[in-house]
Amino acid sequence: MSLSTLATAGGETFEAPSPADFWQPLIGDGAFALTRPMVLMALSFVIIAAVLLATTKRLSVVPANKKQFAVEALYGFVRNGVARDIIGSKEFLRYVPLLFTLFTLILVNNLFGVIPPIQYPTMSRIGFPIALTLVVFVLYHLIGMKRKGVGGYFKSLMPAGVPVFLVPVVYLLELFTYFVSRPLTLAVRLFANMFAGHMLILVLFLGGEHLLLHGEGLLPAAGVVSYLFGLVMSFFELLIQVLQAYIFVLLTATYIAGSLADEH
Amino acid sequence: MGGSLNVIGYGLAAIGPAIAVGLVFAAYINGVARQPESRGMLQPIAILGFALAEALAILGFVLAFINPGVE
Repeated sequence: MSLSTLATAGGETFEAPSPADFWQPLIGDGAFALTRPMVLMALSFVIIAAVLLATTKRLSVVPANKKQFAVEALYGFVRNGVARDIIGSKEFLRYVPLLFTLFTLILVNNLFGVIPPIQYPTMSRIGFPIALTLVVFVLYHLIGMKRKGVGGYFKSLMPAGVPVFLVPVVYLLELFTYFVSRPLTLAVRLFANMFAGHMLILVLFLGGEHLLLHGEGLLPAAGVVSYLFGLVMSFFELLIQVLQAYIFVLLTATYIAGSLADEH
Repeated sequence: MGGSLNVIGYGLAAIGPAIAVGLVFAAYINGVARQPESRGMLQPIAILGFALAEALAILGFVLAFINPGVE
């Protein structure tokens, strides 16, 4: 990207953040480097496991402490608010572990984007959303094929009540939806939201710093405004991060429900 | 000062999904205002519609980063 240089009067040039800033290898370089998001992903696993194990160690029917209550509320949100409402009360229980895992993993990794010492949303590297999406992609096709048989599954992709002469066109579109556009948007939505949001915060804070320290005349005032706006956008990011975790599991549940449904 | 026309193109392309997202939530607010008890049922539908409309903006976002190799 060549949006990058903006000279201010002091002779200092401002290097705008670019996608290259997201490549942060810690050990080694190239395809087999150990990168910062890899470490964060491992860290998120440790955090989630520790929190869940610690809060569910001494379970009581009536939650005895606030921690158990909070974790139960989170679990109840995924179980009742997403799985039961979307998949239906008959067979949702089988899929709750997957949905809860996806939700907590994405939520914690997204929140890393604004938690001060870490400040790097893992999902802003496209590989992580692709991996999560592959799990969902394979799963909802497998469920559908198990339920209806391979031929029956491909037959069930066709919505009912389409005029005969439109059938080939609509079927192609449905195939495209199921095999290309669903996994593509699921992965890229998470990636793009985290990437763009983090980039926006970087621009506001780095640009604010540059205006404040190297600007002349009224420019330092603009730097202060930039900082304030960056703070506001950080809270907005917080909202987006939670929302994206919710949307990911919501769409996963919707796809599973679509594969389980008897008719299209 | 340099730049990429892709970004302007993406800005223009984002207008459509922006309007769509606005319409989705306008309908949701309308629905809840008329029938407050339907909130729980409407919320996932609204978020789902929002996600689908947003998909267009996301495809545009990806295309905006495709450079023809000219620096």
